[in-house]
Amino acid sequence: MPKPCQNCQKNPATVHLTEIQDNRMTELHLCQACAEEKGLASVPATPKFSIGELLANMVDGMSTTEEERVGPVQCPSCGMHYSTFRETGRLGCADCYEAFGAKLKPLLRRIHGSTRHVGKLPAHDGAVVTPQRQVQRLHDELQRAVEREEFERAAEIRDRIKTLEREARA
Amino acid sequence: MDLEQLTREASPWLDASGPHSDLVLSTRVRLARNLVGVPFTHRARDEQLVSVLGAVERAAEGAAAFQRGGLLKMHELTPIDRQFLVERHLVSHELSDGARPRGLYVATGERLSIMVNEEDHLRLQALCSGFQLAEAWALAEHADEELEGALEYAFSDELGYLTACPTNVGTGMRASVLIHLPALVLTKQIDKVLKSIVQVGLAVRGLYGEGSQVMGNLFQISNQTTLGHSEQESVESLDRVSRQILDYEERARDVLMRDAKGQIEDKVWRAYGSLRYGRSMTSEEVINLCSAIRLGVALGFAGLPPLKALNELLVLTQPAHLTRRAGRELDAPERNVLRADLVRSHLERANYETGEGSRG
Repeated sequence: MPKPCQNCQKNPATVHLTEIQDNRMTELHLCQACAEEKGLASVPATPKFSIGELLANMVDGMSTTEEERVGPVQCPSCGMHYSTFRETGRLGCADCYEAFGAKLKPLLRRIHGSTRHVGKLPAHDGAVVTPQRQVQRLHDELQRAVEREEFERAAEIRDRIKTLEREARA
Repeated sequence: MDLEQLTREASPWLDASGPHSDLVLSTRVRLARNLVGVPFTHRARDEQLVSVLGAVERAAEGAAAFQRGGLLKMHELTPIDRQFLVERHLVSHELSDGARPRGLYVATGERLSIMVNEEDHLRLQALCSGFQLAEAWALAEHADEELEGALEYAFSDELGYLTACPTNVGTGMRASVLIHLPALVLTKQIDKVLKSIVQVGLAVRGLYGEGSQVMGNLFQISNQTTLGHSEQESVESLDRVSRQILDYEERARDVLMRDAKGQIEDKVWRAYGSLRYGRSMTSEEVINLCSAIRLGVALGFAGLPPLKALNELLVLTQPAHLTRRAGRELDAPERNVLRADLVRSHLERANYETGEGSRG
């Protein structure tokens, strides 16, 4: 006798979805009708990250003591409580990153292995990126280039850093 | 934007024109962006979401990348139409709930689109045929830059593009390839390969049907992290790993053809017979039969339908596509008969157009 569908609990489950993420395997057992309704009875439509829950668990296990120590934290812009983020895995607004900064850092490190953006910048947001920051970025790039033994590229980056530093002094 | 027209045609990016189309169905790059000053979608009020819809619509109308595109408002569509867009890979389940002001801005050709008010205000996505990571990234980046001229994104110097979920913060980029690995499944090497993909920091998803067999032998591989690596680096590492997997798959195919040629031929041609002459079929059956035939095409068997027709069937035979085509609600047995009809006529047309295939 097959297991009942996890969604409707009525029909036998015939569609079995397995996801592997972060070395964890999650399984979903549905009947054909429920699977079709959820769009799972065929090619996966879009990456469906059930990560919210996973994330909430991760944060939970990690920062309970911290929350006890610091007390509840609320985002001044949107009013979101840190505890709500822990439940849902979603932040309320862009300012939450600032408000929950200290608590988010270890989480970001665990998810991404890094806490600093390396990548494109908004085109018309130049004011936010200070020359010092730009130099810092180039230093990071330089280090990576050296690690990869891309010495020509490293030389180019070093030249750009020198130019920027000269400009900053002028 | 005309849904009627979309019903008749499969997604253009599934046309099998891209490189390695016998192994990779499609490549996708999506970028998550949010507007400054508006809470993330789940915390925003409906009127704020309406204004986001308006701002994105105006920005996309002014962008050359989205020429002759249009906005579809989810709350104005029927559930079947929303599901129809999900089946076309244009809309996620979250976007398709119809409960809040959400939308899809889609450019002609469906290669570029923006989900508006999904988890993030904007989910810009570029879809390309076959294995084209660099091209998909270029397409997305160019569109992103054009939109940026008209929209101010939430961005922090330290953390990059700010997103509702911390798993996307930074580049906000998720690049993925939908890849067909029947030989690795048949030779039972797939688990090992999937584990190694996860070990190098990428995510992989397979779709399982009845029993433990992967449906259609299709897997989606994507980058997992968005902080600490540039978009370019993430795309390159996904490209590198994908190529390696394609190489494993090709080697497994060589082994199969060396050791079990007769069985493979039999499997492929039986699948073709069922698909070509069956009178009632489930989605899963179509997906699995197409997978076997796709393997045959890739191995160079003459007389099979072109890859384009097989790709198209994966989309056209899904439930909401069939319902729209029929113009009325269908129950499952009815749908299975209509599905088989559509498959037959589609294959007949493909054979006629290419002058190949068995004349049945």
